[in-house]
Amino acid sequence: MSLVRIIALIQRHLYLYQRSLPRIMEIFFWPLMDLLVWGFITVYFQRFNIGLPRFVSFFLGALIFWDILYRAQQGISISFLEEVWSKNLLNLFVSPMRPCEFLAALMTISVGKMLTAGAASALLAWIFYSFNIFLVGISLIPFVFNLLVMGWAIGIISMSAILRYGQEAEVLAWGLGFLIQPFAAVFYPVSILPIFVQPIARMIPASYVFEGMRAVLETGAIPYESLMKAAFLNGIYLALAIRFFYYNLRIVKEKGLLLHRGTE
Amino acid sequence: MGLRVIEVNHLTKLFGNAVAVNDISFSVEEGEILGFLGPNGAGKTTLIQLLLGLITATAGEIKILGIDLIKDREAILSQVNFSSSYVSMPTSLTLWENLSVFAKLYGIKNHEGKIDSLLTLFEINHLKDSLTRNLSSGQQTRLSLAKALLNSPKILFLDEPTASLDPDIADKTRTLLKSIRNKSRTTILYTSHNMKEMQEISDRIVFLDQGEIIACGTPNEIIQNFEEENLEDVFLKIARRKVENIE
Ligand SMILES: Nc1ncnc2c1ncn2[C@@H]1O[C@H](COP(=O)(O)OP(=O)(O)OP(=O)(O)O)[C@@H](O)[C@H]1O
Ligand SMILES: [Mg+2]
Repeated sequence: MSLVRIIALIQRHLYLYQRSLPRIMEIFFWPLMDLLVWGFITVYFQRFNIGLPRFVSFFLGALIFWDILYRAQQGISISFLEEVWSKNLLNLFVSPMRPCEFLAALMTISVGKMLTAGAASALLAWIFYSFNIFLVGISLIPFVFNLLVMGWAIGIISMSAILRYGQEAEVLAWGLGFLIQPFAAVFYPVSILPIFVQPIARMIPASYVFEGMRAVLETGAIPYESLMKAAFLNGIYLALAIRFFYYNLRIVKEKGLLLHRGTE
Repeated sequence: MGLRVIEVNHLTKLFGNAVAVNDISFSVEEGEILGFLGPNGAGKTTLIQLLLGLITATAGEIKILGIDLIKDREAILSQVNFSSSYVSMPTSLTLWENLSVFAKLYGIKNHEGKIDSLLTLFEINHLKDSLTRNLSSGQQTRLSLAKALLNSPKILFLDEPTASLDPDIADKTRTLLKSIRNKSRTTILYTSHNMKEMQEISDRIVFLDQGEIIACGTPNEIIQNFEEENLEDVFLKIARRKVENIE
C-alpha cells in the first residue's frame, strides 16, 4: 500500500468539497430537516405525556446515531459515484493505484464525512433541544466506531453492486441503509418487532448500538456485551463486504464492464 | 531489430459466446507508433483494454516491457499510460489540481515542474487554475493527454485521442506525439477512424476486423497489398466486402 496514493485519492475529494457548496450543504441539510421534523414531533408527543421518561432523548440520540451510520455509508458509495459521474474511473484503474488503496481512501473519506455530519447534528440537537449527546459518555466512542464500521460495510456493498450493475444500482447508494433501518432498532427496541423478525435484528450490529445508547441514557451502565457482539458482527460483515468488492471487480473485468461504468 | 516492448500471443477474448478478439498474436518494438485500424466493433478498444489489464483475457499471453501482465500489473502500469476521448477528468477540480492528484498516483517526484512543462507543451498553461468543466472539449482532450504523459510513459495507449480535436490541434497533437517518440523512444499504440491521420502517424498499421488481424504492415505496404490508392479505399474495400458476404 502506498500512503502517497491514498492521500492523493483523498485530496481529490477534498478539492471537490472545498468548492462545492451544495455538497457541503447536503451534510447539514438532512440532519437539520430530520431534527426539526422528528424533534418537534417528539416534543409534541412528550407534551401529551406518553409516559416514556426519556422519550425525547431517545429519539434525538437515535437521529444523531442514524445520521452517523448513514454518512459513514455515503462517504464510500457517493465518493465512488463521484468517480463514475466524472468518467474518471478508468483513469484511476489504469494508474498504479491498487484496489486496496482505493478502499482505504474511501474509508478515510467516510470517517471525515461521518465526523462532520455527526458533529453537525449533535450541535443542532443541542441548539434546538438542549440535548447533549455527550451524556452518553465514554461509550460514545465504541458506539460511533461500530456505526462507522457498519457504514463501511454497507457502503462497500452498495459500491460493489454499482460497479457490477451500473446506473440501475445507483439507488442503493442512498437506499441500502434504509432497507436495514426497520430492523436496526433505531427508534424502538428489538422486543417491539414481531418474534420472527427479531433474529434478523440480532444479526444487525447497529441494533446493539441503538439499544445500548438507550440503555446508557436510561441507566448509565455501559453495555459491554452488546458492544462486543456488534463489533464481532461488524468484523465479519466488513470482511465479507471487502471480499464482495474484489469478487465484483474480477467479474467486471471479465465482462469488460469497467469501461462502461466509467463512461456511461 | 529493436527491443520488443509488447508481446501478445494467441490472445482471445470472448464476451459470453461472442468473440471480440480472436486468437491474435503480434509484437511491438520500442519507439514504434502502431495504429489499430478497423470498422466499428472490430475489437480495437477491447484489445487496448486487454493490454491495460482492464479486461481479463479468455486465453493467451500478454507481456509488456518483459513483464507478464497477469503476474505484475502494477509494475507495468507505472511505466505506461492511457488517454481516450471517452474518459475525462473530474470537472470540479482545476487543471493543476487534477494533474497533481495523478502525479501523486504515479509517484512523480517534484511534480510541479513536470506539470508546468506539460501544460505549456499543450498550450493550456494559462488555464491551469480554471475549473476543468470550463474547458472546451478539445482543451479537455489536451488535459487528458497531459495526464497521460505525467509519468513519462514507455508505452502510451491512445484510443481515439483526437476524436474531439479541431484539425489544427489534431495536427499539432500528432506532431507532438511524433516528437515525443523521437525524443524519448516512447512506444505509441493508437486508434483512430481518421484514415489520413493513421496514414500520417503510424509506422505500422494493424488492420482488425471481427477480432482478427486481417492485415499488418506499413501504411504503404497495406495500400499496395490491397491494390488501392490510400488507406481510406482499403478500409472501404474491406468494409464493403463484408457487406457482400452478408448479402
Ligand atoms: N463489455 C462487453 N460485453 C459484450 N460485448 C462487448 C463488450 N465490449 C465490447 N463488446 C463487443 O466486442 C466487439 C468489439 O468491440 P470494441 O469496442 O473493441 O470495438 P472497436 O473496434 O473499439 O469499435 P469502435 O470503432 O466502434 O470503437 C463488439 O462486437 C462489441 O459489441
Ligand atoms: Mg473503440
